[in-house]
Amino acid sequence: MKKVLEGSHAVSEAVRLARVQVISAYPITPQTHIVEAISEYCANGTLNARFLCVESEHSAMAAVIGAASSGVRVFTATSSHGLAYMHELLHWTSGARLPIVMADVNRALGPGWNIWLDQTDSLSQRDTGWIQLYCEDGQEVLDTTLQAFRLAESVNLPVMVVLDAFFLSHTYEPVEVPDQEQVDQFLPPLSPRIQLDTANPFAIYQMVAPSAYMEMRYNIQVAMEQVTSRFSEIEDEFEAIFGRKHGPLEAVQCEDAEIILATAGTTASTCRHVIADLRDKGEKVGLLKLKMFRPYPTDQIRRHLGHAQKVAVIDRNFSFGASGIFAQEIKSALCNTDVRPAVFGYVAGLGGRDVTPQTLEEIYRQTKTSKIPKDESVWIELNQELVESWSN
Amino acid sequence: MEQLEIPSDDYINPGHLGCPGCGASIAMKLALKALGEKTIVVIPASCWGVLAAPYPQSSLDVPILHTAFAAAGAAASGIRAALDLRGDTETTVLSWAGDGGTFDIGFQSLSGAVERNEDCLFVCYDNEAYMNTGVQRSSATPFGTQTTTTPGQDWKKTRKKNIVEALAAHRIPYAATANVAFPEDMIRKFQKAKGLKGGSRFIHVLASCPTGWRVPSEMSVKVSRLAVQTNVFPLYEVQDGTTYILNYKGNRGVKDYLQLQGRFKHLTDEQIDQIQIQVDEDWDLLLKKVG
Repeated sequence: MKKVLEGSHAVSEAVRLARVQVISAYPITPQTHIVEAISEYCANGTLNARFLCVESEHSAMAAVIGAASSGVRVFTATSSHGLAYMHELLHWTSGARLPIVMADVNRALGPGWNIWLDQTDSLSQRDTGWIQLYCEDGQEVLDTTLQAFRLAESVNLPVMVVLDAFFLSHTYEPVEVPDQEQVDQFLPPLSPRIQLDTANPFAIYQMVAPSAYMEMRYNIQVAMEQVTSRFSEIEDEFEAIFGRKHGPLEAVQCEDAEIILATAGTTASTCRHVIADLRDKGEKVGLLKLKMFRPYPTDQIRRHLGHAQKVAVIDRNFSFGASGIFAQEIKSALCNTDVRPAVFGYVAGLGGRDVTPQTLEEIYRQTKTSKIPKDESVWIELNQELVESWSN
Repeated sequence: MEQLEIPSDDYINPGHLGCPGCGASIAMKLALKALGEKTIVVIPASCWGVLAAPYPQSSLDVPILHTAFAAAGAAASGIRAALDLRGDTETTVLSWAGDGGTFDIGFQSLSGAVERNEDCLFVCYDNEAYMNTGVQRSSATPFGTQTTTTPGQDWKKTRKKNIVEALAAHRIPYAATANVAFPEDMIRKFQKAKGLKGGSRFIHVLASCPTGWRVPSEMSVKVSRLAVQTNVFPLYEVQDGTTYILNYKGNRGVKDYLQLQGRFKHLTDEQIDQIQIQVDEDWDLLLKKVG
């Protein structure tokens, strides 16, 4: 059934349809609508689950770790500082090989306090062993959240479904909300790998000596290496039932493109319009929408970008002392290939600043007219007057 | 004091990694005798994270979930939620944290859990410092104590946090103190806590630590007993945060307790008198609450 939903509620609907059993969360803007709707479902019996309204994000993740270790399907959601506060337990989740699904609404980190879009919160969790999937619109959010449970439960790794603050979390769009029966067909009840049981006592997540720790880490990587193919199979099954597919990344008019714009999240939607306009004007331009960030789909990145002359990466995030994070990762994916495009890195739209079609056209123009990329990222639409006023 | 038979079943195995005379290992032995096999234990970073043994072993015959230092209250809550959903309301979820994991880094998570009145038994085995990392002070370390972070003349000048009062202030159904030198009393309290299902129960166990307290290992139980006999660590229960029951009245001076322990050996007679005044104050306050 088609419903007009905000992005946050697309997550909540998916959690309801996934028959999640324990949800634990702490309020933080702009994630709050997700858990408000879920607590409503728990309160009115729409969802047979326990909602644990805890006193911090650290506890939210610790609680779902406890619940997942006891054999039930779990979910949590957060943003920004909340995700940073959870950091310790993000490592714990992947180390424990628990199929936990979390939505992160990308939001800037303070100071200064800023509740608007910035991807640095989730990207700075890249080494925690979580699968990360960045979404573009409400439909993709709902579909990806459902797929995330299948994926997490098939490889025993946690999955983070990531959506842009406000541009996606608070934007209402028509979303196809599937029937429960169809979802049940796609997503069977959890069959847990481990389950605390007094009839079969064992210890989990205990101390481990150097003689086994490294092998445990290696096994996480082995599981990560299965993710791309498992995700593809899961998406095929999803498509067979629901008729939709989004892909671990999406190449739009990349085949003959000389310049490819690469970005993640809602900026991809703006890029779609910009490249259509530019194509009308005869420009050979394409878009690579980045969705799966961990594990990194290196082969597919190479395949879609390898033949282009230039790639312009639009990062709404930044790694201080280095560059935009997606640009860094794309460079790393391409560095061992014989034929590769020049990678231009642009930082734009931090802290919720708009990235308009004009912004993207300017990025395209700069890329086209520059012979070689700068080593450092180009910061777009900086107010130089303001920057200089602080240097005095 | 009422005498009970000590259950013969044991759920702790020989070969655990406790130091000789470790009060925390005796505490676990007694606690599990009282709670029985239908128990799931949550252990945050602490001495017991080591005592429970490294992969692939376990020193307990009940399931253990190890969790991060700050997270015991929340992890126990998650297990409880899952068990309830699976229809298992019988199993006791036992959160077993040290003083760091209760008084300090774990306090927020514990306060959150008991405010929600989670159906779990939260235990603090209190050895009055970070013993596992080499005897650093915690907020459970008493006034007058030398530790590796309160060395020499910088011995701890502030008083121990009163954790039972803090927990009782949450108005939980049951809060109590227990001591390994009073096993019948301790087992009775754990059995009582087990039976009070449906809400949060908290038991504060003094866990003598020969290594950190600098006492011979064979003196571990004796020094624990003296803590009660000198009213340094009174045995009492608090029901619903308001009704106080006193289990034992001590009548010895604190010097008897302090002088056995290397961690207090620097104290002058005046300083010991000062501690006596503090202990008397706290004791009088407790008696008023008992009524």
